[in-house]
Amino acid sequence: MIDTTTLWIIIFTLGIGSFLLRFSFLGLVGDRPMPAWVLRYLRYTAVAIIPAIVAPIVALSNEAGTGPEPIRLFAALVTLGVGIATRNVIVAILVGALTLGVGVFLFA
Amino acid sequence: MTSTTTKSAYWIGVRDGAPFILVAAPFAVLFGVIATEAGLNLFEVMSFSFVVIAGAAQFTALELMEKEAPTIIVLISALAVNLRVAMYSAALTPYLGKAPLWQRALMSYMLVDQSYALAHAKFEDAPDMSVPERSAYFFGTCTLVISAWFTFSFLGAALGTQLPPSIPIDFALPIAFLSMIAPMIRSLPHLAAAVVAIIVSMICIPVPYSLGLIIAGFAGMAAGSQTEVWMTKKQGAPQ
Repeated sequence: MIDTTTLWIIIFTLGIGSFLLRFSFLGLVGDRPMPAWVLRYLRYTAVAIIPAIVAPIVALSNEAGTGPEPIRLFAALVTLGVGIATRNVIVAILVGALTLGVGVFLFA
Repeated sequence: MTSTTTKSAYWIGVRDGAPFILVAAPFAVLFGVIATEAGLNLFEVMSFSFVVIAGAAQFTALELMEKEAPTIIVLISALAVNLRVAMYSAALTPYLGKAPLWQRALMSYMLVDQSYALAHAKFEDAPDMSVPERSAYFFGTCTLVISAWFTFSFLGAALGTQLPPSIPIDFALPIAFLSMIAPMIRSLPHLAAAVVAIIVSMICIPVPYSLGLIIAGFAGMAAGSQTEVWMTKKQGAPQ
């Protein structure tokens, strides 16, 4: 279970941090230019971090945490595939959730 | 006169933002459900959504807290996922930088993917808009999306405790993240960033304190950045 004190520290620090990220240019930096390499790195943060979070979760999704669980692996691949095919977040999440739900219902 | 056009700019923003309720709502419900399942009470869930307003960052923080990652790793990872809002802030500054400070502070609080995307496109298309009109339009685009974020977080949290235990909620989060990845990959550098991040994250599984995520994230960012540099050089364009 998540510790309550830790939770509140995280909520408030994240809140302040997210606000400062959003306020950074609009409020503080103004029109002064940023180094090109910083902007270049910023462009790829989400597209790097999110797959890096998901890949190990999928790869170790069985109950013992030693390898992939077939239904979850299949649902993950379907979600990704539908996302690539449709470029639509909502369609991908719905088809993925449905695959997972049906899979668990039928085989687990 | 000015106040009439400002008011109509606000309502145009509201109208343009309306379809994005469909994007925000499912993620907000999911956040409410997963956070409740993770043991957060209604007040905690709502505070989280109210204070942070950032779907991917909230999901990241939740996932890492559940894995009992050290607080500092939770914070770094969640903020890294949210770094793109600094780019949005940079992109909007030429259009909104002259608005009063309190408005810019309020805009910053409400700066999300949807409000950025709509506002930036609009400001580029309509260079004649005055600064008050632009501000009004921006706040219009936020109104429904952010209201939906709060409302549906609440519904999700209320629903969370009533879900039957057979529903595989443990895997809802990976599905949510996976659905976000493909539309993010808009170019070869994006693909390089994602692929390298995945490979390094797998290699780094044994690394303690979830530090592997930070290493993999940086590796992916470096890969994306470097690929962009190479592609630009190949095209012979300056810089």
